[in-house]
Amino acid sequence: MTMASATTPPFAAAHPPDNAMLREKIALRNLDFYYGESKALNGISLSLYANKATAFIGPSGCGKSTLLRVLNRMYDLYPGQRAEGQVLFEGKDILDPGLDVNLLRARIGMVFQKPTPFPMTIYENIAFGIRLYEKLPKSELDGRVEQALQRGALWSEVKDKLNANGLSLSGGQQQRLCIARTVAVRPEVILFDEPCSALDPISTARIEELIDELKTDYTIVIVTHNMQQAARVSDKTAFMYLGELIEFGDTDRIFTSPSDRRTQDYITGRFG
Amino acid sequence: MDSSLYASRRRRNALASAASYAATLVGLAWLALILGVLFWRGFGGLSLRVFTEMTPPPGAVGGLLNAIVGSLIMTTLALLIGAPIGILAGTYMAEYGRHGHLTSIVRFINDILLSAPSIVVGLFIYEVLVRPMGHFSGIAGAVVLGVLVLPVMVRTTEDMLTLVPDTLREAAASIGLPRSLMIRRIAYRAARAGIITGILLAVARVSGETAPLLFTSLNNQFYSTNLNAPMASLPSAIFQFALSPYKEWQDLAWTGALIIKLAVLAMSIVARALTGSRKAS
Repeated sequence: MTMASATTPPFAAAHPPDNAMLREKIALRNLDFYYGESKALNGISLSLYANKATAFIGPSGCGKSTLLRVLNRMYDLYPGQRAEGQVLFEGKDILDPGLDVNLLRARIGMVFQKPTPFPMTIYENIAFGIRLYEKLPKSELDGRVEQALQRGALWSEVKDKLNANGLSLSGGQQQRLCIARTVAVRPEVILFDEPCSALDPISTARIEELIDELKTDYTIVIVTHNMQQAARVSDKTAFMYLGELIEFGDTDRIFTSPSDRRTQDYITGRFG
Repeated sequence: MDSSLYASRRRRNALASAASYAATLVGLAWLALILGVLFWRGFGGLSLRVFTEMTPPPGAVGGLLNAIVGSLIMTTLALLIGAPIGILAGTYMAEYGRHGHLTSIVRFINDILLSAPSIVVGLFIYEVLVRPMGHFSGIAGAVVLGVLVLPVMVRTTEDMLTLVPDTLREAAASIGLPRSLMIRRIAYRAARAGIITGILLAVARVSGETAPLLFTSLNNQFYSTNLNAPMASLPSAIFQFALSPYKEWQDLAWTGALIIKLAVLAMSIVARALTGSRKAS
């Protein structure tokens, strides 16, 4: 198997733009975010499109992960963190305090930097999330588990050991298990928070392929430190710096002719 | 390079190592001595009779059945009282009120309770239970041991749940799992070995407590499972028999001490094995 990074030129556009088919899935309007007193995001406005992959790039501490964690209200778990502005998901503001965050998170799934399988069997890791929102007979549940593991490109490797502990898998397999677990709940949007930063290059290539496939059914948002990765998997790229959105546009345009000096400096490796 | 510098560092290292080894040896020697004497004096008395016969009157032979049963009953009840409250409190502190004021206050008070001399706890239960009831009782003994189990459980539950990585909590939240379910199905599962270890350590701690039982369950020469009456226990039987002038009683005290020691040792080993397997996974 050839590594994707070896076959794809770093800054080539993986996907031609087709603006005619864009449908807005999530719209951020003037979003500010605070950790206690300190402001981490400043007036972010951008659109995330259905069946497209959007990458958030930028140097450490620029707010790209913070921005991602607003999209499923993950910051709600921690006291002192708050967002202001509007985040419209299919037209409804998800920052509305009355919103049921659990239902939101069932529709907007998330895959984390480090693989986080639950301390249970491979089968249960997947079935657990399905059972939360659906009451299915055993045979149908088995089907859904298989389907999710197929979608996570893991089925062939685990079909004979579904009762093994999820933690017994390798790091790359665990990450695909987590993707399968997210997909199993049938979300509309999947957020990836540096999903490959703890993985070896071969596992990374597999996850990238997977993300590419998932675009046909889901809206993808990916935070990455790796600019080649952003170039390979995304259609749209947002460059962030010091809590602000500096530039947002088609990935191939951002990587070939950025309009902002800072974007250009970053993607050419002058800082970050 | 100044070789005398290095040589003096090596000398100091040798000295410090020797001192550490010596300290370890001294510590282990006492443990070995205690275990050795316990085996030496207690092992000969270990027979079926110890587990089938009641504590004898002075000068006669007998066993420790009533004391063993009493200890089992009171320790089990103590666990049923202390463990659920302790686990719930520890869960609140680790999962809901982690950054709250209440949590730091509770943690502080719990640490005081954890280090409170057990005789003080015994006196407390004497005042609030034994005096109003008018007599010593098994239930008072169970309550006092329960109060001693409580802080151990609060502490281990909080510690073990705090060790569960936040990434796992976020992962649970990310599929839409409500917090209560996350705690029950994910956090408890991840911390299970640690919490069970805490239970075993709590049992090990209270199973040798004597002073608080003298204020509460006292002792009973006869077989009794009546919680409303004085109840025998291994520690109080050992206390009574060891102080007596009768050889048969003294021998039984040694055997009783050996039984407690072996039980605690077994629990510590199980606890160790559980923690070990948790680390392995």
